[in-house]
Amino acid sequence: MKTFRIGGVHPSENKLSAGKKIEPMALPKQAVFPLSQHIGAPAVPCVAKGDMVKVGTKIADAGGFVSAAIFSSVSGKVAKIDSVIDASGYRKPAIFIDVVGDEWEESIDRSEELVTKCDLNPEEIVAKIKDAGVVGMGGACFPTHVKLTPPPGSKAECVIINAVECEPYLTADHSLMLEKPEQILMGVSLLMKAVNVTVGYIAIENNKPDAIALMTEKAKNFPGIQVVPLKVKYPQGGEKQLIDAVIGRQVPAPPAIPIAVGAVVQNVGTAYAVYEAVIKNKPLFERIVTVTGKSLANPSNFLTRMGTPMSQLIEAAGGMPEDTGKIIGGGPMMGKALLNAEVPICKGSSGVLLMSEKESLRGEEQNCTRCAKCVAACPMGLEPYLLAKLGEYADWERAEKEDIMTCIECGCCTFTCPSNRPLLDWVRLCKNTVGGIIRERNAKK
Amino acid sequence: MNTILVAVIALGVTALVLAGVLFVVSKQFAVEEDPRVGQVAEVLPQANCGGCGYPGCAGFADACVKAGSLDGLLCPVGGQAVMTKVADILGLSADAAEPKVAVVRCNGTCEHRPRTAVYDGAVSCKIAHATGCGETGCAFGCLGCGDCVAACKFDAIRMNPTTGLPEVDAEKCTACGACVKACPRMIIELRNKGKNGRRMVVLCVNKDKGAITRKACEVGCIGCGKCQKVCPFDAITIANNLAYIDYEKCKLCRKCEDECPQHSIVAVNFPPRKPKPAATEAPKAAPAAEAKSAAKAPETTETPSTQTAPSTPNTQKS
Repeated sequence: MKTFRIGGVHPSENKLSAGKKIEPMALPKQAVFPLSQHIGAPAVPCVAKGDMVKVGTKIADAGGFVSAAIFSSVSGKVAKIDSVIDASGYRKPAIFIDVVGDEWEESIDRSEELVTKCDLNPEEIVAKIKDAGVVGMGGACFPTHVKLTPPPGSKAECVIINAVECEPYLTADHSLMLEKPEQILMGVSLLMKAVNVTVGYIAIENNKPDAIALMTEKAKNFPGIQVVPLKVKYPQGGEKQLIDAVIGRQVPAPPAIPIAVGAVVQNVGTAYAVYEAVIKNKPLFERIVTVTGKSLANPSNFLTRMGTPMSQLIEAAGGMPEDTGKIIGGGPMMGKALLNAEVPICKGSSGVLLMSEKESLRGEEQNCTRCAKCVAACPMGLEPYLLAKLGEYADWERAEKEDIMTCIECGCCTFTCPSNRPLLDWVRLCKNTVGGIIRERNAKK
Repeated sequence: MNTILVAVIALGVTALVLAGVLFVVSKQFAVEEDPRVGQVAEVLPQANCGGCGYPGCAGFADACVKAGSLDGLLCPVGGQAVMTKVADILGLSADAAEPKVAVVRCNGTCEHRPRTAVYDGAVSCKIAHATGCGETGCAFGCLGCGDCVAACKFDAIRMNPTTGLPEVDAEKCTACGACVKACPRMIIELRNKGKNGRRMVVLCVNKDKGAITRKACEVGCIGCGKCQKVCPFDAITIANNLAYIDYEKCKLCRKCEDECPQHSIVAVNFPPRKPKPAATEAPKAAPAAEAKSAAKAPETTETPSTQTAPSTPNTQKS
């Protein structure tokens, strides 16, 4: 069975909510939409205080090419345009909407009927995806239409669908595959058509045998799409790792992007969102969120409208356990601890993880013993212990030579370190600083 | 005998020829250096802190010699005394520059600013800053990891364990600006030392709206503008919900201090006020802090009293 070549770790899976049905989440009283829910320029509000909106009404325009529009997930009245602490930990501008009823825009096709025909040409498909504000649903939130517009001179050869869900605890993609396999496959066909290729792979880790079986069965009706089971290993969901695992090609160091080896990688949630956007005219305003944790009474997968506060999801999953030490937005490996439970669900919120105090606190930091476990674990073939030290000593030039910019911040080094050293903290600081220096240098040229 | 003679003569001739070559080369390719550069460098403190903006003391000496006048050139470590010596060597005049001192513009002590989260990442303000608000609700205030303490080459900043904030020792501070660069939240500012070390400072850099600031910190500036209205010298400006006192214009009348509803404006190194009734309110924070430190004293025996004694008058006395 295939997997990527270099490094990787095996955290305990803890897929507590696996096999649970997707439950629709109740509407919130007030929905909050941060304006930067994606990588790139923040969206620009196109509603004002007091405006009435429906479900699916555009409330903010894309702020540039690398940006995405934001749509209301509820019907009601715009209460204010203010700021809210989002999953990044910072206070950012946001639109607040008081919920009244549940009235949808007429253009949205709300029927469950499966449509497998689409006469649109590639440009029209990309335009529809762009107009629906679809972004990568795996967590990085890169605007999908940008990925589907290859830079001049490059040619896509295949579409790879990331359904590995390598983060422990999370089961949102898994449950989606079990309940909407045909819609996903149709979404993949649309993505293939959009970039003009005939080959599509759906990569699933073999800890989800039911999903592999179901998707393989249904894929027979969709020409060109192939399901690829992969060996379980973190961080297989990383774009570069996934390309290596599925088609055996290695993406060169930045600034090269996956299209350099002919691959377009999309999340399985994105494929579903593309189906809904293109076929059903439904903009991206709801997603599946896993709410989980070892002490949580009822770990579940919720179909949640964007803007719902996380506290409401936690309440629906059995309430906040008493021993909660950390609330994490996303999975335990790459997710970020939240400052409070009122953080709204955004386009990239794949999960809410409640960790007990005992689990969540880091161990006491000790000296590096040069055991090189972090080197062995790094999926990009870097030397994290060295990069962390370079970050600590602010040696940015050396760090750049040591290829710090290829780091994908997967956290394998910190996870594997027996001395509990905060390696990724320093590496991330180093990467951000070096990235800033490089950008400044390029701007001068 | 003959062999020895040959060897001595051969070596002697070689030595003479090479000496001649070296002599010619040293004369031909001699680098002309202004002797005054060396003299100036000798006067400088040789801390190589970079506070003057030049790479080390030698770089600064070179810049002084090359520049026509000493305007804008100041060794913050040596101060006016050193600059006068430099001026003497170069035959220039050194204008008296107002001495400066680093000021930590945050008064969010443990009691003023409640903790809302726990940060357990690497001990570095830069990293803590990148994770968001930090341990309190204030996204602008001191993170308390001590990047400024590590950056100071003169041992002039120490963390006060009771307040959780860094304190500047005005005696040791040379205003080299290393801490200003080290702070990711730009809290530290170089301000005029003032007569007898007296100065008025807004001890807050929070740019959030008033309601949010008030929730996060008891002594955060809410940008209400009362101080701006009361200031007779036009020294206070309000931008982004935050007041700022221009130290060049401020005449230390202390009117703004009385007016500030949040007690964000603090008068440093002033003698305690007696006659006015406002005096009962102002020094409230100081005794409370002292009481707390007294209660904690038996626990932390390592903190010598000498460490806190000289630093407290700088920031806490109001």
